[in-house]
Amino acid sequence: MKILVCMKQVPQKDAPLKLNESATWVREDIGYEVNEPDAYALEEALRQKEKNGGEVVVVTAGPARSQQVLREALAKGADRAIHLEDDRFVTLDAFNVARAIAQSIKDELFDLVFTGLQSDDFGYAQTGVLLAELLGWPHATIIMQIEAKDGGIRVKRELEGGYFQYVNMPLPSVLTIQSGINKLRYATLIGIKQAKNKPLRRVTFDEVSAALKPNQLTIERLYIPQKTKQTEVIQGPPQDVAKKLAAKLRDELRVF
Amino acid sequence: MAETILVIAEQRESKLNRVSFETLTCGQALAKQTGWTLEAAVAGNNIASVAAEVAKTAVAKVYAIEDGTLERYTPDGYVAALKKFIESSKPKLVLLPHTYQVRDFAPKLAASFGAVLVSDVVGYKYENGKLLFVRQMFQGKFAADVSLSGEGLWFVSFQSGSFRGDQVQPGQAPVEKVNAATGEIRTHPEAPFQEAKQAVDLSQAEIIVSVGRGIKEQKNIEIAKNLADALGGEIAASRPICDAGWLPMERQVGSSGQTVSPKLYLALGISGAIQHLVGMKGSRNIIAINKDAEAPIFEIADVAVVGNLFDIVPALTEEVKKVKV
Repeated sequence: MKILVCMKQVPQKDAPLKLNESATWVREDIGYEVNEPDAYALEEALRQKEKNGGEVVVVTAGPARSQQVLREALAKGADRAIHLEDDRFVTLDAFNVARAIAQSIKDELFDLVFTGLQSDDFGYAQTGVLLAELLGWPHATIIMQIEAKDGGIRVKRELEGGYFQYVNMPLPSVLTIQSGINKLRYATLIGIKQAKNKPLRRVTFDEVSAALKPNQLTIERLYIPQKTKQTEVIQGPPQDVAKKLAAKLRDELRVF
Repeated sequence: MAETILVIAEQRESKLNRVSFETLTCGQALAKQTGWTLEAAVAGNNIASVAAEVAKTAVAKVYAIEDGTLERYTPDGYVAALKKFIESSKPKLVLLPHTYQVRDFAPKLAASFGAVLVSDVVGYKYENGKLLFVRQMFQGKFAADVSLSGEGLWFVSFQSGSFRGDQVQPGQAPVEKVNAATGEIRTHPEAPFQEAKQAVDLSQAEIIVSVGRGIKEQKNIEIAKNLADALGGEIAASRPICDAGWLPMERQVGSSGQTVSPKLYLALGISGAIQHLVGMKGSRNIIAINKDAEAPIFEIADVAVVGNLFDIVPALTEEVKKVKV
């Protein structure tokens, strides 16, 4: 199976984020890392390849710095990479990112496209589904398990409330992968060495811009959420605290 | 022609998902401010009772979009049915709850109109005739006011807990049955199932007692369970507890688990990583017990108890048993 994994570089989890001057985005002088859900998507693709054979290709859309995400993926075992390289990709809405990726792979024939569940920066959780719509392929989201079956695949979807569901679907299709479904591997030293010789195709903004449309979604302002709650602090000997809490539960919150 | 707001309610196996009431509450508030008409729709098969339940809220009309092909959810089936319906009813704004099902089909539905879905929205602002939607960004570290270009059709999905479902205004709306349009369905779902026998839908729980790393050992979970039992609530946990296998995964609250908005959320030894907070911050009352006064959980807590949970929780369990008649 030939699998494309869409990956994104996002600010490090503990990065001290600061607003830019226009308060529409964060300042870029921070550390970045791979979007964690995408790491699980890559891992799942590598496992599928180990089981069924084929090829794993990774793609990202972002500035020069985001090549690091592709290098790491190649070191872990991806076969080749596609980098839509331009600062302007950062502020595209999910629909346009999907359009750009779809355009960049129009000459390729993939069986599957994987994305992570959502990104840790925007958190739209849409790029995979939109990509499926643009490619004209079926999709399934929040996938826990994938097996080849009768020329297609049978996937396990997570529903809400502890429910799951198996879905049978044809190829090609797009899947968004649930985080935590596998154990992430580390790149080996030999993998890191080999990665340097693996193909990385650069795609410029101009090569895909004809497929893009004006962003429909505009971030007017970004700000630190205001704390809206008044927090009452209770301290003291455990017995007193317990009494106060129990009275509060009964008289104020009326939970019983 | 008057502008219309359409709320798409969610059902599974002919049972209304309660989170739909939150979206209806939001729709009612928006309709009041904008003067637009509020309507609701629900898609499925044999959903008369669901439509009737939605019709008990203050909306102008409820559409029951029905067809046998919608018996079991598929993105193709839902998009075919809702696309056709939206084409004919021409709403300006479509509101949905940001559920797993909506995440699965709504981006595709919006894209089929060349439109963008503003997903996982926590609120809105109506300023000088302009609608802004508030989203969390960077895992809740920032909020963003987001605007949409054009005059609609716009699609917006709301994070669970952003509006109060119990504040939905009652009413009596007419129900109109619509025969759903059908199209090719390319994915074939099997019946939904639960992995564990005692699976619980935490999103429907009124009281949740949740444990985090501060519980230290698996055997200490009992302390929290006793309190949950005394309160008549459900036990839940943050991700590390479920990863360690101390509680089943289905009890996990957070971005990779369930999103809950109970009447009472008691957080025991939970520091409050953003991945956890996004799953429970919509709770109506949050009581956090943690020995670290700087724990981020206290930022969103209504009641902050700084202290040792191993002393306080058993004492609280006894007190609850006493005052609960």
